[in-house]
Amino acid sequence: MFETLSDRLQAAFQRLSAKGRLEETDVDEAMKEVRRALLESDVNFKVVKDFIARVRETAIGQDVMRSLTPAQMVVKIVHDELITLLGEAAPLLRAPKAPTIYMLVGLQGAGKTTMVAKLGLQLKRTGQSPLLVAADIYRPAAIHQLETLGKQLNIPVYSEGTKSSPVTICQNALARAAELRSQTVILDTAGRLHIDETMMDELVQIKAQVNPTEVLLVVDAMTGQDAVRVAETFNTQVGITGVILTKVDGDARGGAALSVRTVTGVPIKLMGTGEKPDALEPFYPDRLASRILGMGDVMTLIERAQEEYDVDQAKAMEKKIRTATFDLEDFLSQLQMVKKLGPLQQIMEMIPGMGQAMRQHDVKVEEDDLKHIEAIIRSMTPKERHRPEIIDSSRRRRIAKGSGVTTQEVNMLLNQFKQMQKMMKQMGGWDGKGKPPRHIRSMMNMFR
Amino acid sequence: MFRFFRRPKPEPSAPGAPPAAGPETAPAAAPDIAQVEQEQKQKVELSLQPTRRGIFSQIGELFAADEITPRLWDDLQDLLVLGDCGVVTTNFVLDELERRVTRERIKRAATAYSVLKGLLVQVLQAPLNTHRPPWATGQIMPRPYVMLIVGVNGVGKTTSIAKLARYFQRLGNEVVLGAADTFRAAAIDQLAIWAERVGAPLVRHPPNADPGAVVFDAMSVALQRGTDILIIDTAGRLHTKTNLMEELKKLRRICEKQLAGAPHDVLLVIDATTGQNGLQQAKIFTQAVDVSGVVLTKLDGTAKGGIAFAIARELGLPIRFIGTGEKLDDLAEFDATLFVEALFT
Repeated sequence: MFETLSDRLQAAFQRLSAKGRLEETDVDEAMKEVRRALLESDVNFKVVKDFIARVRETAIGQDVMRSLTPAQMVVKIVHDELITLLGEAAPLLRAPKAPTIYMLVGLQGAGKTTMVAKLGLQLKRTGQSPLLVAADIYRPAAIHQLETLGKQLNIPVYSEGTKSSPVTICQNALARAAELRSQTVILDTAGRLHIDETMMDELVQIKAQVNPTEVLLVVDAMTGQDAVRVAETFNTQVGITGVILTKVDGDARGGAALSVRTVTGVPIKLMGTGEKPDALEPFYPDRLASRILGMGDVMTLIERAQEEYDVDQAKAMEKKIRTATFDLEDFLSQLQMVKKLGPLQQIMEMIPGMGQAMRQHDVKVEEDDLKHIEAIIRSMTPKERHRPEIIDSSRRRRIAKGSGVTTQEVNMLLNQFKQMQKMMKQMGGWDGKGKPPRHIRSMMNMFR
Repeated sequence: MFRFFRRPKPEPSAPGAPPAAGPETAPAAAPDIAQVEQEQKQKVELSLQPTRRGIFSQIGELFAADEITPRLWDDLQDLLVLGDCGVVTTNFVLDELERRVTRERIKRAATAYSVLKGLLVQVLQAPLNTHRPPWATGQIMPRPYVMLIVGVNGVGKTTSIAKLARYFQRLGNEVVLGAADTFRAAAIDQLAIWAERVGAPLVRHPPNADPGAVVFDAMSVALQRGTDILIIDTAGRLHTKTNLMEELKKLRRICEKQLAGAPHDVLLVIDATTGQNGLQQAKIFTQAVDVSGVVLTKLDGTAKGGIAFAIARELGLPIRFIGTGEKLDDLAEFDATLFVEALFT
């Protein structure tokens, strides 16, 4: 949480007198807290050491910006430095001549197979006709796993069972790709230890035979201090061109990413953010920097809200509000838009500090509330939705029964809706500058 | 330690009686406890070697110098953190060590070294002492002894289950497996392959079936068969997904409903390469389904496994088993002294 590190720095600074400049003692004090925060985020200890030294130099003697406290100034410097270190997001390379070949490697359990499917889906959607290759002949049912995913997503999978060598499988896959005229080939290799010489050698052989466009190291976001050693070894022995971070939808702070980036110099390209095939996002250094510092993932939230927001829908809605024809039918569609943002729980947890506070106090956002409201509205006739004023007590009873709620809940909804209508009449219409109407904005602001 | 887990050999059937029901393949050999213990020790040592060659062996070097220097403390702190022990546990261990060194006026580094090892063993041992599994206390084991295996994605639950099955079979138990991961593509097939290798019956439903139904079924089968041990595989899930944690709670309840006291063990599988998030995993899973022990996997890598200290110290959870490879035999019952010894010697 921005509050936590900032609070801790604040406390550290309060012990010293307030100044307009960051003095050496202030900075040293602050660096202790920053070091701790980074270590708690699993940034490799050696990387932290170098990082602190760098930041310390930058920070000492710095003027504190006018709108910031010294603590916030330090956090800003740290944050900026983290972003610099994490590097620019880099896109996946494409081969000059088809097919482009992506080879995914990594430790056991990192999430390679799921990621292969996700990549496949993304490439399919952008017309790059992928072929997935099941080159893990060791893990029981690994081939079947990829084949199942391929079937679900309607993407071809090349496999030869467990009796062929992975090198052969990959070579033959290229021939198949040529037959199918696939634009991209994605190789799913077996998870392996970086210290397993035989297995690492296998990767070297595959790479030599297949000449991939990218060798992507898949790294679990919750990996600890050992991430450095793993990445270094894979890079030295096989050579990697990109890193994919997985399971970012957890609450691991993800310091491993910084370690890997710093130590190998290889760019982080993508992030896996869930178990479903579409849970794939580009890498945003500023978001990960915030996360490593414990500042939550605010940007993703706002972006998602904006994505789901449809400008045309808003214009139509605005007209309805202006002409006071916004009814329960419209309310229902607005609700569904909110629903599309994703499970409320996940969204709430993206807010800095919210997730932890909710867990501490055992608060759960009730998806059911939204569901109830939806059910109530659905139990109404179209006439009742357009003109809620006709809903008398017998109708309310019927609606309550039909949606499985109490009449009190129906009353509550109708009252709240009446208030909402009043508010909208007062709110006025379009800004004229392309900004969404206030009520939508306030709904989005709910998530900021 | 293994003694109480041994099942008496079945009575020889009377002539003309039908043969006792049991798995068709790979009958368990008569258990030789001493041999198993010896193999355990060797295996742990062998698998922890990469770790040993890593930073913890450097700790040994630190203490090779005769005297205790201020530099020693700094380097020690760095090394423990590097081993994923976490800031809090590291500070605790060092404070304790410093206290002892001062109080006992320890001058020689070698002595401090022994004290350190002792402290680390103590940290790991404490939960093992307060949470002794029924088999270690000589109580009669419930039948079936139900073990629910949980954890986040990719930690090694399914492989560990296969190893656990083999482990208990070698000690004379009949084991039944339940495939309650109905979500992950081919998860059921994965466990089915292991079940066949191990010769354990598997209770399974089609993919995407209700995991609760599988648990219910598995419990019924185990009860009806009079099986010794039932091990249930669940889908990997991030502890941050409330709805999935709710589902896990439900699975636990289903066990309870069918057999009072079940599940007798909820084992949380944690990947030794996991950083500080392992603690959070342990916390949340325990809150949700009352984890009784941890299986720490992938210790054959270079990850130091320091998270074990943090989990034991801050949560009081016992580490029950360690995973040391991808093969069926790569499992050992956790022993604090062996673990620390193998790290330092």
